Amino acid sequence: MLKDITLGQYFPGNSVLHRLDPRMKIFLIVIYIITIFSASTPISFALVLLSAFVLLLLSRIPPKLVLGSLKAVFFIMAFTAIINIFWTTGDRLLLEAGPIKIYWEGVEYAIFMIVRVVALIVGSSVLLTYTTSPIALTDGLERVLSPLKALHIPVHEFSMMMTIALRFIPTLIEETDKIISAQKARGTDFSSGSITQRARALIPVMVPLFVSAFHRADELAVAMECRCYRGGEGRTRMTRLHLRSTDFFALAAHLLFLGVIIALNILFS
Amino acid sequence: MNQNVTNPIIEAKDLCFSYKNEDGIPLPVIRNLTFSVERGSFVCILGHNGSGKSTLAKLLNLVLTPDSGSLSVGGIDVMRDDLSDDDIYNLRRRIGMVFQNPDNQLVATIVEEDIAFGPENLGIAPDEIRTRVDEALRAVNMTEFAHHSPSQLSGGQKQRIAIAGIIAMLPDCIIFDESTAMLDPIGRAEVMDTIESLNRERGITVLHITHYMDEAVRADRVIVMNHGEIFLDDTPGAVFAQVEALQSVGLDVPQVTALVHKLRREAGFEISEDILHSADAVKALKELYESI
Repeated sequence: MLKDITLGQYFPGNSVLHRLDPRMKIFLIVIYIITIFSASTPISFALVLLSAFVLLLLSRIPPKLVLGSLKAVFFIMAFTAIINIFWTTGDRLLLEAGPIKIYWEGVEYAIFMIVRVVALIVGSSVLLTYTTSPIALTDGLERVLSPLKALHIPVHEFSMMMTIALRFIPTLIEETDKIISAQKARGTDFSSGSITQRARALIPVMVPLFVSAFHRADELAVAMECRCYRGGEGRTRMTRLHLRSTDFFALAAHLLFLGVIIALNILFS
Repeated sequence: MNQNVTNPIIEAKDLCFSYKNEDGIPLPVIRNLTFSVERGSFVCILGHNGSGKSTLAKLLNLVLTPDSGSLSVGGIDVMRDDLSDDDIYNLRRRIGMVFQNPDNQLVATIVEEDIAFGPENLGIAPDEIRTRVDEALRAVNMTEFAHHSPSQLSGGQKQRIAIAGIIAMLPDCIIFDESTAMLDPIGRAEVMDTIESLNRERGITVLHITHYMDEAVRADRVIVMNHGEIFLDDTPGAVFAQVEALQSVGLDVPQVTALVHKLRREAGFEISEDILHSADAVKALKELYESI
C-alpha cells in the first residue's frame, strides 16, 4: 500500500524540456518566477498564463497530472481570491448589497492572484520537478552552487545527503510496510480509536524503523569508505553536463519574455 | 596443512584483535592468526557465528586495525607507524569489499551512477569512468539494467551491482563478507557464478566468507575458522573429508559429501572420501554399483 506513493514527481520522457541541462533549468526557473511577479497589466497576465500553457505543451506531460497538483492548492487560491474580492476597494463599483461593496479592482486583483499561482505551479513543476530526474536535479544544484564552496559552504555534502535520502526512501517505505504488517500480525490496531490512540499505535512502527535506519547508515558509511569515498575533494563525475544550443535558445526565450513583460508594464502604467 | 604460497597478496602473521566490552575488558576475536593468500586464488573462509571470520575481513580492509602481529595486504604493511590516509586509500582501491546487505552498500539512485561512485572517488577522467562502468556492467551481466533504480532490482541483482561497483575500481582482490547470506537460492546462484567468473576469467583474487558449504566447494582452498583461530586449511576435498572434525566446530558438510561419508563409514562401501560434486558422486556410485 505504501509502495504506491509516487516519490518525487519526475515523469520520464524525452521532450525539449526533459533534455535541457539541469543547471540551465535552475536559472530558467528563477527568471520565470521573476517574470511572473513583474507582470502587472491585464495583457501581461494573459501572456503569463499563455506561457504556462506553452511550457505544459512543450513538456508533453499529461495536463491532467499537472492540474492534479493544482488541486492541492485549490483552497488557498479560492480563499485568497474571496478575500481579495471582498476587501479590495477601488473607484469602479461593480455590485452593492447592503454593507458589502464589490469593486472591479478586487475582481481583477483576485484573477491576477490566481493566474500568478497557476503559472507558478505549472511553470515550476513542468520546467523542473516533472521533467528533471531527482539525481539530475541534485547534480545540477551541486554544480550551480559549487562557487559557494569558496565560502566553506558544504555544497558537495549537501548534495550527497540528498542523493542518499532519495536512494533510501523506497527502501525505508518497503521496510515500514513490513513492520506495519508484522505489528498487525501481533494484533496492533492502526485504524480505529481516537487520534491519540492511533498515534500511539505508530510508536511500535517508528522505533524499529529508526533503529534500522541508524543501522543502515552505519553500514552504508563503512561501504562508502571501502569504495574510497573521502568527500568532494578530488572527486570527478562520470556524467558531464554540456550546454547545447537549445539551452541557450531557452535562456534567450525566457529573457525575451521577461523583457516583453517589463516593457508592457512601462507602456500601460 | 598450510598451503604453498609463492606470490602472496595477503600475508598475516600472529595477527590479534579484540573488541572491548562495556567494562573495558578485551574480548579476543582473532587469536594469533598466521596465513597467506596466493594472488589469483579463490579462497573460502568458513566458520560458525562468532568464529571471527567477518572481523578478519574488516581487518584485511583496515575498517578495523589489528592489535598486534604483522599484516601486509597488496604489498602494503598496514602495521607501519607512518601509515598515511593515502596508503589506506590505495589499499582499499586494490582490495574491494562486498558486504552482506545489498541495500546498504548502494549509494546512487541509478545503477550506472552507483557503479561510477568508486571511480569518481578515485578522481578518474569521465571518459575512462564511462568505459569502466560499461565493462563492469558486462562483467556482472547487468548491462540492460544500467538505467534502472536499485529499488527495482532483486536481491541477487543488487548484489551484482555492488560487485560491479567494486570491479570498476579495478581491484586485485575482492573480499565477499557473507555476500550471499541474505539472498534467495536464485540470487545466491547468480552471485556465486559471478564471483567464480571474476576469479577464473579476470584473475581477481577472491576471499569468500560464507556459511554455505556448497559454495565453499567451488573454491581452490577452504579455511575453517573457530574461536578466532584457523581450524582447518586445505583444498575443499581434503577439508570436507573430515566430517567429524567439521561437525565438532558446529559446521555441516555438503550433502553429497555427507552421503558418501555415510556410505563409507556406516555401510562399509569402498568409495572415495573427497567427492564434492553431485556429478562425481553419481559416477562413483555407478562404478560402485557395477562392481558389486
